[in-house]
Amino acid sequence: MTTLLNVKDLRAYYGQVQALHGLSFSLNEGSLTTLLGANGAGKTTTLRAICNMVRSTGGIEFDGKPLNNRSTENIVRFGIAHVPQGRGTFTTMTVEENLQLGAITRKDSAGIVSDIERMYAHFPVLKQRHTQQAGTLSGGEQQMLAVARALMLRPRLMLLDEPSFGLAPLVVRDLFGILGKINREDKVSILVVEQNAQLALELADQAYVIETGRIVMSGNAKDIANNEEIRKSYLGY
Amino acid sequence: MELFTNQVLAGIATGAIYACMALAVVMIYQAIDHLNFAQGEMAMFSTFISWQLMQWGIPYWAAFILTLALSFIAGIAIERILFKPLAKAPVLTNVAGFIALFAIINSSAGLIWDFTIKQYPTPFGSAPFLGSQLISTHQAGMIGVTVLLLLGLYFFFQYTRIGLAMRAAASVPESARLVGINTSWMIALGWGMATAIGSIAGMLIAPVVFLEPNMMGGVLIYGFAAAVLGGLTSPFGAVVGGFLVGIFENLAGTYIPGVGNELKLPIALALIISVLVVKPAGLFGRHIVKRV
Repeated sequence: MTTLLNVKDLRAYYGQVQALHGLSFSLNEGSLTTLLGANGAGKTTTLRAICNMVRSTGGIEFDGKPLNNRSTENIVRFGIAHVPQGRGTFTTMTVEENLQLGAITRKDSAGIVSDIERMYAHFPVLKQRHTQQAGTLSGGEQQMLAVARALMLRPRLMLLDEPSFGLAPLVVRDLFGILGKINREDKVSILVVEQNAQLALELADQAYVIETGRIVMSGNAKDIANNEEIRKSYLGY
Repeated sequence: MELFTNQVLAGIATGAIYACMALAVVMIYQAIDHLNFAQGEMAMFSTFISWQLMQWGIPYWAAFILTLALSFIAGIAIERILFKPLAKAPVLTNVAGFIALFAIINSSAGLIWDFTIKQYPTPFGSAPFLGSQLISTHQAGMIGVTVLLLLGLYFFFQYTRIGLAMRAAASVPESARLVGINTSWMIALGWGMATAIGSIAGMLIAPVVFLEPNMMGGVLIYGFAAAVLGGLTSPFGAVVGGFLVGIFENLAGTYIPGVGNELKLPIALALIISVLVVKPAGLFGRHIVKRV
């Protein structure tokens, strides 16, 4: 299996405050990897550092190419789609415009049109609301829209920051089901950050546990889920 | 009745200019959250450039197009050189930047072309429009050019990918970067377009107010009034506000005793203040619907 994303000794800073303390992990092509940890452990910062949205040092390689010192908008062009915390919806624009924006770096207009239809097939509720202002969608619908917007890039890697946040449990099940399907059928590698460890471990194949800016545990998602000690001490369930 | 119609039509004609200025102000406000106090001076300078081109023997419409292009480039240059470095600076630093820009442009125009008032040509002539005494051909031309411009802008922002990208960059910059939009250049592009729109306003109003370095002072205040009236967050509101202010100004000058030409400007300022008191977001200022 080839390594798609390789992060080495990543340190990140918010002003003078260091948030990541030499974090290393990798993600295989085609895998669905999850990054677990408590509030403030550095999960979001890790994703933001990959997209150069926070000052960081260390090595980040995507498909063998270094991502350091590239601007956020350039990193997107490598095929990395980031669904940020809070979903990043363009609230004043329509649902369809949000999808078009996801594909704004692509040149193949025919492909974009057919991909929008594909998204409507994945998420029928978006089709019903395609002319509606995106800010009027419910939280769950906005999360669907955010995932669909990310997929419009035809990404090789999708970064998801707390997709379950603020959603009803049933909606979360739905969403995670779709993520699994996207990973298997569309061959999109996924790195998902979650506080809902139980659910994330069911979905993922690989898992890393972060504590105060360092990786403290890694391995097969099933093994971690079955290890009571890890579950109790790090994941809290 | 004829006086009333006449005043409304004349109001629409000058309102078209206010609408352009308001739109230029709103475009920059949307992009960087600051009011461009120098918008009028930039428009004035562009108008001088077009005048200079015509002095050199270039025909009106060629000079018009050339001025648009030059203004667009100059707008981008001003953003890159002066305001991009100020992007993260406090509000007052930006205000100082705008005032500096105002003073620099105003003085340079005076230095290059001096402060004497100059005639500025109109391509439309000033005969009665379609034989009617109500409106002149130049006023009709002002309205016509503005309407064409507004339609063009509407299609640009609604139906082109770059227009979509510009709207996205103005509304949620972080998400815009995450879909691969170079937000910094979108801001520069906004400056270029706003400057070009301002230059159109300047070239259309110059035959009415005559060409001199302070020609846009009053016009910009009406433009601000229009932008505040319509809502600084709404380009559509700015345009409607422009026409309303133009009509209001003329009717007040005609019908309110004692107002006349001298007191028209304070009326615009009074309008700004009343709108801010009663409806701070303006008539069309967007109340953003958001569910969390």
